[in-house]
Amino acid sequence: MWIYEKKLEYPVKIKRTNPKLAKIIIAQYGGPDGELGAALRYLSQRFTMVTPQAIATLNDIGTEELAHLEMIGTICHQLIDKATPEQMREAGMDAEYVNHGLGIHPSGAGGAPWTAAYIQSKGDPITDLYENLAAEQKARSTYEYLLDLIDDPDVADPIRFLREREVVHFQRFGESLNIVRDYLGSKRMFYGK
Amino acid sequence: MERDALLREITILDFMALDLHLFLNTNPDDCEALEMYNDCITRSCELRQKYEADYGPMTAFRSHGQPGWAWINEPWPWEEKFNFEISETL
Repeated sequence: MWIYEKKLEYPVKIKRTNPKLAKIIIAQYGGPDGELGAALRYLSQRFTMVTPQAIATLNDIGTEELAHLEMIGTICHQLIDKATPEQMREAGMDAEYVNHGLGIHPSGAGGAPWTAAYIQSKGDPITDLYENLAAEQKARSTYEYLLDLIDDPDVADPIRFLREREVVHFQRFGESLNIVRDYLGSKRMFYGK
Repeated sequence: MERDALLREITILDFMALDLHLFLNTNPDDCEALEMYNDCITRSCELRQKYEADYGPMTAFRSHGQPGWAWINEPWPWEEKFNFEISETL
């Protein structure tokens, strides 16, 4: 089970309305390499993971991803909270406005709704950990592309924090992969005798 | 301590604790990391008690409530006014 804590992992305090930025940052809410997919990927994979270290890593990084989902939702919310319909139209968010008003919906930068097809849970500890190493790098790249386009320091600051977390998670998954590989290597033979 | 300064300190300590927690998952025998982790937890708990006494509950789970149930009245973390200004406090 989970317990909600009434604070963000890292503060988000955006003063300027800017629907254009929300339109691209939503990629990390419900896009292919976003935080919703990350949380569900790790929290689903943990059921068949092996070794205490790797199981805990999936459980706890999956939990941290939920805090990141909250940060991204917060960024998008603060960027459009006070937007007028006219500002939404000027930012090219008229379609989003018609479908969701000023609500936050898990979809990608192109408007495609989140789908479980973005994630994998293969039931094979090695396969899943490789999936996660790639996923963390894809998320890091996405944050870097976003930083290329973000011109408001209030927005760039929490995005930089989230980018750094992808690097740390990659490190922890790499350590988990080594531990799992040693464990399976001592237990199982894949070919020959 | 003012609310924003208190929340800032708790956020810093909790982040350090979380990062050390993930590190300890894959490095469970690292005594130095464990010592740092425990230090963060001790300091964060003290500050959390002060924060909750003055500014309402940080979690409504497994904690006593007060008349009026402040949980629903205090600002939520996604509101701009909830958060502290990072550039002014750092």
